[in-house]
Amino acid sequence: MAYTKRFDGRKIDELRETSAKIGVVPNADGSALFKQGDTIAIAAVYGPKILNPKHCQNPEKGVLRVHYNMLSFSVSERIRPGLSRRSQEISKVTEWALSPLVLLDELPGTVIDVHINILQANAGTRCAGINAAAMALAAAGVPMTEMISAVAVGKIDDKIVTDVTKEEEDYEDGEGATDIPVAFLSNSGKLTLLQLDGRIQAKRMKEALEAGKEACKKIFEIQKKALKEVE
Amino acid sequence: MVYKITRKNVLEAVNKEKRLDGRGLLEHRPIEVNFGVSNKAEGSVSVKFGKTEVVCGIKMGVQEPYTDHENEGTMTTSMELLPLSSPDFEYGAPSIGAVETARIIDRGIRESGFIEFEKLCIKDGEKVWSIFIDLAIINDDGNLIDAGALAAILALMSARFPEYDEKKEKIKFGEFTDKKLPLNADKMPLTTTFFKLGEKIFIDPTREEEEVTEGRLTIEVSKPEKEEMINAMQKGGEAVFSTEEVEKMVDESTKIFKKLNSLVNEELKKAKKEAKEK
Repeated sequence: MAYTKRFDGRKIDELRETSAKIGVVPNADGSALFKQGDTIAIAAVYGPKILNPKHCQNPEKGVLRVHYNMLSFSVSERIRPGLSRRSQEISKVTEWALSPLVLLDELPGTVIDVHINILQANAGTRCAGINAAAMALAAAGVPMTEMISAVAVGKIDDKIVTDVTKEEEDYEDGEGATDIPVAFLSNSGKLTLLQLDGRIQAKRMKEALEAGKEACKKIFEIQKKALKEVE
Repeated sequence: MVYKITRKNVLEAVNKEKRLDGRGLLEHRPIEVNFGVSNKAEGSVSVKFGKTEVVCGIKMGVQEPYTDHENEGTMTTSMELLPLSSPDFEYGAPSIGAVETARIIDRGIRESGFIEFEKLCIKDGEKVWSIFIDLAIINDDGNLIDAGALAAILALMSARFPEYDEKKEKIKFGEFTDKKLPLNADKMPLTTTFFKLGEKIFIDPTREEEEVTEGRLTIEVSKPEKEEMINAMQKGGEAVFSTEEVEKMVDESTKIFKKLNSLVNEELKKAKKEAKEK
């Protein structure tokens, strides 16, 4: 059967119910919670601070370190706590997604630690993590050129859909499921995160990127609103 | 260590659309393939991209299936950046570079449907074959993702099942059958990584070139029927890409797929002929 109606009844370009909140970790220099449907990410930023040990410092620019972690109880079958190959990779791609917007050149010798924890997972955790982290960086007053917003678009059967759920990710009929997490800069509209797995016609990539760009504009508004609510 | 002079030289060269070694921006170094480099492995190959050499060995195991795929075999991809291959590599736990590279290669193979995992089932819910794709870098002169991805595909195609003792439920290691792995040759994924420096985009960098690039985009393409499909993508590095740049790379990746595809077919034909002569 073709995928004509989404499992949760959304329109193909509709986001899940999305909300954002600043200041969920009082100890941190900046923190945020980003909720996208059932996926909840919490991000805390510590820094910029002097990087120790000293030999790890970069005298030319600051270092951005991202630690992505899924809490062991955040998925149906418990995951072993601690570093996995998956979490290491996501930490790295998140670093690459966030670094272009932080003015690291102005922060030599320092480190900014970004800790992302997934409290509850229903697909799109790396994107929710990036959204939360970008807000936490802004809340910490880290110098930035612009904001970043991320979303997982996908192709479910032959439909390009926005903000894929776990149920959609597991869709196997027809053309199956393709997952494409993307992150777009708020001003320049350029990509800082792009991953894909599944099977999509090369010709349809343009359509998928457009969908991602539109969704990220909406997410940016939500991030901005939450940041403005802080006194 | 990256010297500013290196960056300047590489940048000047790519801006003139001619690389330091004389190649064009979208041109590979000479690719060399040698099968059967390790005879205890179920399949093995050495792939060279210029001075970069990657060896891939396939080992088979038998294990319990995962609970969510009870009738399917499993696959694990790993990469070791051997300290022998570069002064920059050290002993210890796999670096993030090795982990990421192995995971990108793994995704392309998994998502393309190249391996028919159901056919690796021995006993539903109890015993399945597992495929270990182990990549070792022998000499690092850049572009390890693409060289590794090609080595993995070729090693899989050359692999044969070991003998399996059904009573003891154990593999008789060292004894091989003639049975090849259940692969869908027409779903074979081939990988191209595009690197960005300044406003220019190029492929197959040497280590010197790769060190100064600002970012990369890996695209894994297969052509199951008439149309090219993308099975995996990964952006790496701090560079940003416009959507137009991504679209152009997607388009180029389908053209490069054709070239690599005929290279693979030729190498397999050559290997078959050599095996007959023996």
